[in-house]
Amino acid sequence: MKSLAELKAIKEKMQGQVGIRNNDQAETRVVVGMATCGIAAGARPVLQTLSTLVQEKNIPGVIVTQTGCIGLCQYEPIVEVYDPEGEKVTYINMDEEKAKEIVDKHLVRGAVVTEYTVGNI
Amino acid sequence: MFRSHVLVCGGTGCHASGSAGVMSVLREEIKRQGLDKEVQVVQTGCFGLCALGPIMIVYPEAKFYSRVQVSDIPEIVSEHLLKGRVVERLLYHETLSSDDNVKSLNDTGFYKKQLRVALRNCGVINPESIDEYIGADGYEALGKCLTEMSPEDVIKIILDSGLRGRGGGGFPTGRKWDLARRLVPDADQKYVCCNADEGDPGAFMDRSVLEGDPHALVEAMAIAGYAVGANKGYVYIRAEYPIAVGRLEIAIQQARNYGLLGKNIFDTDFEFDLEIRLGAGAFVCGEETALMTSIEGRRGEPNPRPPFPAEKGLWGKPTVLNNVETYANIPQIILKGADWFASMGTEKSKGTKVFALGGKINNTGLVEIPMGTTLREIVYEIGGGIPNGKKFKAAQTGGPSGGCIPMSHIDIPIDYDNLIEIGSMMGSGGLIVMDEDNCMVDIAKFFLEFTVDESCGKCTPCRIGTKRLFEILEKITSGNGTMEDVDKLDGLCAYICDNSLCGLGQTAPNPVKSTLRYFKDEYIAHVKDKKCPAGVCTDLLTYKIVDEKCKRCTACLKVCPAEAITGAVKERHTINPAKCIKCDACVQKCKFGAIVKE
Repeated sequence: MKSLAELKAIKEKMQGQVGIRNNDQAETRVVVGMATCGIAAGARPVLQTLSTLVQEKNIPGVIVTQTGCIGLCQYEPIVEVYDPEGEKVTYINMDEEKAKEIVDKHLVRGAVVTEYTVGNI
Repeated sequence: MFRSHVLVCGGTGCHASGSAGVMSVLREEIKRQGLDKEVQVVQTGCFGLCALGPIMIVYPEAKFYSRVQVSDIPEIVSEHLLKGRVVERLLYHETLSSDDNVKSLNDTGFYKKQLRVALRNCGVINPESIDEYIGADGYEALGKCLTEMSPEDVIKIILDSGLRGRGGGGFPTGRKWDLARRLVPDADQKYVCCNADEGDPGAFMDRSVLEGDPHALVEAMAIAGYAVGANKGYVYIRAEYPIAVGRLEIAIQQARNYGLLGKNIFDTDFEFDLEIRLGAGAFVCGEETALMTSIEGRRGEPNPRPPFPAEKGLWGKPTVLNNVETYANIPQIILKGADWFASMGTEKSKGTKVFALGGKINNTGLVEIPMGTTLREIVYEIGGGIPNGKKFKAAQTGGPSGGCIPMSHIDIPIDYDNLIEIGSMMGSGGLIVMDEDNCMVDIAKFFLEFTVDESCGKCTPCRIGTKRLFEILEKITSGNGTMEDVDKLDGLCAYICDNSLCGLGQTAPNPVKSTLRYFKDEYIAHVKDKKCPAGVCTDLLTYKIVDEKCKRCTACLKVCPAEAITGAVKERHTINPAKCIKCDACVQKCKFGAIVKE
């Protein structure tokens, strides 16, 4: 490496990856149901996709984590997004493609993707 | 990308309690359960709570597990890492509040009052990854210095920050750099050195920085090189620190590969390279002139000052020598500014200080606090108090060169000048807490024994003076001392301080001086009453059985290795003082507290 620009490129790449270790300013929590029901329905790739995208896009103040059974096993995989005030949006029947949409629309732009929410059954 | 990071402490403390084994089993188990693409295991430096090792933090939830054993690993992986169910029984007890809610780590007593500057990356990044260091703003300060600042600017910002040497002396770092830059204008070669020869008993601050954030040192030394006009640096580090040496070697190699050491760093004319020199463990080699003599390949003995290293140092060339913790502050000061640094601490002591907490304290470990924090806060809030409900007696700072702080000064704000005033010193940061069971004369004797052993022998006051001091202390603790001996201590201390060649000898009598100052009554008790009030000096103790408390169970008889106790079941037990070797085995065995020493 010879230039500041190269240093900056490495820094930006790494900050997304190391940022996961700084949950001080976490405001928005994205929770994926990872009980037996969730895992059986395919929650793991959903969780992995959400986590990877949040880190790659370096979205500030968002943590992606797991939780147990939410109680709506037939609608798994379920993803819940808690905003800083604790209000939550529940997405159901998630898959990797839908997860990408959630990240782009909800987490980046703040627009709830109503068609995937539990209220839409 | 990993959705979860498991940080396992790889510092020396946790290493000793088995973190390496825990980590390798963790990696295997994660693989076995098919999570190796989702969960990353990272080895980090010291988290600070060494008493509770092996320690592990799981992100993004920031859950702090303590005393993790290999047998706990399958449960952590299948419950927490896969399903997100925290294994509560392994959580650090302080993070669990009474209503079963989990508190953030920063709200616990141990971390709440800490402020991490020098240790900011310890326990956060993988010390063996230069990329992670860069991700944490690493090498940005070096880039800023080389491309935006003149060497004078760099020195000015360090001067303005008020940073003082963290190795013990407290000399302003900026002034040291300024002298090295200007004193010999036509020098053809200059050097930058780092003192990582941390020799005080019980001190492990620099070790932890090196183990947890070695790149910070590499970056700071390059900045120092730029500021003073040196292109070559040496890190003098104890060979007894294998983990630190290994990680520093990796860091230097990675920096070279990235072109952050070597020629034309950041496309400028500046070149700088580092070399490691291993010390063989002589305490005197922590003294700057002895250290440089040792780097030169000669026997580590001190030389008179002046000339100071800034004028004539390594191989007679102008040299800057700072300690590890001092360097660890530099990149932060460059990035965040002198005002930011000067906003922490007291009027004359800016910033933070790392202390290695040890002795009679619950949270043994590594802490970093703003200057001006009181000893009471360190002992009772951060340190979690003294085990077994014992009373605080004193704290020793500065190791064998420092002195003790008694209860009467526990509320004094800790900074360089206050400590000197009460007869101790900041030292490099060892802080050993003593309770009512510690005999202060014995403590002084312990440190003197150390300095007698470590005196290099070059000058007479230190070589013979410390030996005589030690002999007098031995005489007192064995019950043969006179009041004349106690008076002699005073004069001998002053003589050694005034006449020794280097810092080792000049400060060696400090433990005696400060215990005499605050605990003279204990010396007098040893001499006049032939008693050791704390019950430590065995020559002055007699063991007795209190008949009313004795249940005549013969437990003490069986455990006595000298057959000094006579008696039988339901018969009176007695100790024969002629046979008793004062090993304390009976006291520890007796469940009824029937054996007393006085």
